[in-house]
Formats: sequence, C-alpha cells, structure tokens
Amino acid sequence: MVEIILNGEKKQIDSEVTLDRLLDLFSLPRQRVAVEVNKEVVPRRNWENVRVGDADQIEVIHFVGGG
Amino acid sequence: MKDTFVLGGKEFGSRLIIGTGKYRSFDEMKAAHKASGAQMVTVAVNRVPLDRKTESFLDHLDQAMQILPNTAGCFDAEHAIRTSRLAREALGTEWIKLEVIGDPITLLPDNEQTLEAAKILVKEGFIVLPYFTDDLIMAKKLLDAGCPAVMPLAAPIGSGMGVQNPSNLRIMREQLPDATIIVDAGVGVPSDAAIAMELGADAILMNTAIAEAGDAAQMATAMKLAVQAGRLGYLSGRMPKRLYASASSPIQGAIK
Repeated sequence: MVEIILNGEKKQIDSEVTLDRLLDLFSLPRQRVAVEVNKEVVPRRNWENVRVGDADQIEVIHFVGGG
Repeated sequence: MKDTFVLGGKEFGSRLIIGTGKYRSFDEMKAAHKASGAQMVTVAVNRVPLDRKTESFLDHLDQAMQILPNTAGCFDAEHAIRTSRLAREALGTEWIKLEVIGDPITLLPDNEQTLEAAKILVKEGFIVLPYFTDDLIMAKKLLDAGCPAVMPLAAPIGSGMGVQNPSNLRIMREQLPDATIIVDAGVGVPSDAAIAMELGADAILMNTAIAEAGDAAQMATAMKLAVQAGRLGYLSGRMPKRLYASASSPIQGAIK
C-alpha cells in the first residue's frame, strides 16, 4: 500500500498508479479539470505517463461559483 | 454612439462584469446573467470533492461569455500562481483575476504579494487583472508589471458599502488617463455603480450586489442601466460643483 494526499486528504492505494488511473479510482471528472502533483501542473497529455505514489500531493481542481 | 470596452485584445459591448457566486439557484444565476448584459463572468478554482459526484458548474454559463477565473482564497503569491496555472490548464484561457487576500476578516488585498504574483504571471503569458487597494502608486506598479488593467476595490468584498474613497478613484483616473480601471468589489446598489462609472472607471466587476438581491435578475437590469448611466455621465463631463447657488431662471425680468 502507498499513501497519497489527494485534495488534502490522506488516501491509501494499492500501488503507484498513473494520474489517468487515479482519476478512475476515485471517480473524478475529466472535463475542464486540472491536476497538479507536488505543486506542479501536469498537462492532460501527460496523465497517462505521470505516476504518483507514496507521499505525493495531488490536487484536482474544477470550477465553482465565485466573484 | 459606439462605446466599446477593449480588454486583453477583446472587445466588449458591456462594461459590467459579474460573478457566479452566492446565487440561490442556477436558474436564478442564469436569469441574472442574461438580464445584466454582461459578457464576462468570474468563476472560482476549487478542489473537486472526493465524496460526491459533481456536475460541471461551467455548463450553467452562457457559452458566449468570456470566463474569468479568479484566485480567490489565495493568501500568498505562490498559491495564486499555482491556482492561475491550474485554471489555464483546465480552461485553456490566459485570463486571470488575480486576487491575493491579506486577511480573512476584511478580505483586503495583500498588494505586495499581488504585485509579486502579477510580475511572474505576466511573464508566463497571462492576461492578469489584479484586485488591489485603491491606491495610485500600486496601480502604477501593476501597470508597469504588464497588467492590461487594474481593479481597485470600492469597498471590502461582499460589503455592499459603495465607493468609500471617491477621491482615490478620481485621482487614479486623472493621473492614469490611458489605463483601464475596473472597480472590483464593494458595490451594493445601482447608485454605487453609477458613482464609480461617473468617476471614470472603465468597467465594474460585482457579484454579491446582484446575487444577494431579493430579485437578482431585476437588480442585474438595474446595475446594467446604472453602469450605462454612469458611463454616459462621465463622458458628458459634469458641471462644476459650487458652494453657492447659480440660478437656472433669469432673475432679471421677474415680476416685482
């Protein structure tokens, strides 16, 4: 098991996974979202290549109402 | 008379920019957006919730609208820069309303951090629209950093207090005649919007004044008209203020 921090929450996953797989694992939306790993944006085209594992901090953002 | 507003190389017919927060329902927001005539709306960047399905908020916006993501909730330059980069990646837009807050009670901007973030974001190709304290010197620094417009506050965010320092806006307008000045935050009622425009603001950004109105769509119409009225008033050139009266009707020739 490895522990990641996803949107500020500690989450256990079986092993290192690609971002693409991570979005599936947590049923996260894919349209008009963006992903950051350890404070760096990962472009959508790299979601299939970039792997995340122990202690990685991942942020997945979307848009909400605001001023 | 055609009086368009150009920002970031794009022409806007409306000088009212509105927010998408605090509405009681999506239907109410859509009705207000339509009534306002606004062509640009702000949205906030936020973590996707992990515990529930969410529908795409953006689906509720008129697709013709220019979307202006903000960096609300950021308390330093680093977070504002990261948020901007995420927004650009998600939306494919360079537009960003840069907002670096200095304190959670007043939500007043941290001008120093805002300037630091603006310098970096401009270099990265962003169209940076910074929210800041209504201060001429800060406005100059932000413009020098490459911001295509500056967005001084009228009053604290969501306060509805109206233009607290009209002299500051007037000085900014007079000293920076070529700058694009967008008054952002603090408008409560249509007369506040009209005052800001009469002082020479090029546009106004507001959210709460419309979203928290009893009838949001009707208030949106009122704000649209107030912005137009204030703009026309500014362009017309106001009469001088006088301490004493100046008769409108001839005194001479009145019957005795």
